[in-house]
Amino acid sequence: MRYSWVIIKRELAAYFATPLAYVFIVIFLAMSGALTFFMGAFFERGQADMTSFFTFHPWLYLFLIPAVSMRLWAEERKTGTVELLLTLPTPTWTIVLGKFIAAWAFISIAVAMTFPLWITVNFLGEPDNGVIVASYIGTLIMAGAYLAIGSCLSAVTKNQVIAFIISSVVCFLFLMSGLELVQSFFQGWAPEFVLDALRSLSFLTHFNTIIRGVIDLRDVIYFASMIGVFLYANAAIVDLTRGS
Amino acid sequence: MASNEEMIIIEGLTKQFGALTAVNNVTFNVSKGEVLGFLGPNGAGKSTTMKMLTGYLPITSGRASICGFDVEDQQLDARKRVGYLPEGAPLYGDMTANAFLGFIAEVRGFSGSEKSDRVALARDRLGLATVFNKPIETLSKGYKRRVGLAQAILHDPEVLILDEPTDGLDPNQKHQVRELIAEMSADKAIVISTHILEEVSAVCSRAVIIAEGKIVFDGSPDELAGRSPTHNAVTVRVAGGADAMKAQFEGLDAVQTIEAADDGERLIIIPKDGTAIIENVSALVRAKGLEVEEIYVDRGQLDDVFRHLTLNT
Repeated sequence: MRYSWVIIKRELAAYFATPLAYVFIVIFLAMSGALTFFMGAFFERGQADMTSFFTFHPWLYLFLIPAVSMRLWAEERKTGTVELLLTLPTPTWTIVLGKFIAAWAFISIAVAMTFPLWITVNFLGEPDNGVIVASYIGTLIMAGAYLAIGSCLSAVTKNQVIAFIISSVVCFLFLMSGLELVQSFFQGWAPEFVLDALRSLSFLTHFNTIIRGVIDLRDVIYFASMIGVFLYANAAIVDLTRGS
Repeated sequence: MASNEEMIIIEGLTKQFGALTAVNNVTFNVSKGEVLGFLGPNGAGKSTTMKMLTGYLPITSGRASICGFDVEDQQLDARKRVGYLPEGAPLYGDMTANAFLGFIAEVRGFSGSEKSDRVALARDRLGLATVFNKPIETLSKGYKRRVGLAQAILHDPEVLILDEPTDGLDPNQKHQVRELIAEMSADKAIVISTHILEEVSAVCSRAVIIAEGKIVFDGSPDELAGRSPTHNAVTVRVAGGADAMKAQFEGLDAVQTIEAADDGERLIIIPKDGTAIIENVSALVRAKGLEVEEIYVDRGQLDDVFRHLTLNT
């Protein structure tokens, strides 16, 4: 863990050493604001809650999180620094974990900066703050799952653009696996338990129960295991692609 | 520790990339105090061998160990004892040299005043003070290479593996790096890869030449020079022009050929089997009372030996 902590510090410093952090945070805030107020009809709904804010997160993350994760490994491979990193006396998983946590912390900072909206809601009415806390936790853990997928796929290529596109597509499939778009592809020929399994893999299904204010252990376990599986694969891919 | 202790042991090291055998059954040891120059044409397998030694690439077959620790089975223990400068000296361009060396020091397990002392020592040894707080990507190639070297020596490792440490440096910087390597060589085992042959005579106590993945020479730089056909050849410049004087030197013992140099003013007397013939030549000059304007012994053209060794495999 000591190694991971050193990696986390370096990575976080790297975000803020370049315009990346500021561009990301500004765009995240602008987009989530626009979606909340225009698409989500925040005022017109006349309800003191943040549903119209959280509802759009799965869609916002679809391209914003791959934009953060695409550089995690692809850039190291491109510049050759991966050779430096992987010959240091530290196991591969500590680096994978360090990079992941740093990116997650960075995204959490961006999400945390939406707090004025929370204040506004409390100013305008009497929202159920328990639901809002649960939703914040839910959106962060879902962001972690997106990020783990993105980090894993970033290790597959030296090209950040390719990493971005593949990550977005894979995240999209996980997001949509409960919906008609993906389900109809399997309907008719795949057995029902496959359809059920796919449905249960959907980010949307799990996230929607959380933002209704119910933190079900199953949803947490689902997102946590997504993170675990993809980070494990991430470390395996990093070791397999050494030198290529 | 005894001075002849073997710090790097490589036995039958082989690396295959698909059908290509990049490194083929390479065996050599490096002892403490040795500076091994690892030579070979581009693509001969130098970098691949170094990458296996430092634990970056998995080994196809054979074994390698650093200070008694197997580079695969005990990889973290082995890596702790190695300072490595990868080919092209990759660095984090967005960090300053200061932050970068601090990061490496922390990963290497140093903190507090020990960390800052180590970073400061590496900075001073490589002369980085003036650029220390600039982003690495804004530095010249020479400074980048030196930051890479600073990173490799930071933890005072027992084994140093440097892939082309002087590539891209100007002659003064090259001299500085060679002095640094010589300074550190007493209590370390150092492997440097290069294709600059003068570097071998300048810093190395031993040379290993590799071609198409196989070792084709392993010996001292002097032995390497001894393989040259012009080793111990005597070049003389005599008044009256080379062609006219050629006859004067006919009949000397142990002489292979006598040829005129390209400029037409010097004679090159090439001995049989690299025998030292300078005494015979100077005795003859004295006996015949020739007027010699210039006379010197050739140590041998390393370039010729290198070409001969690496093309005839």
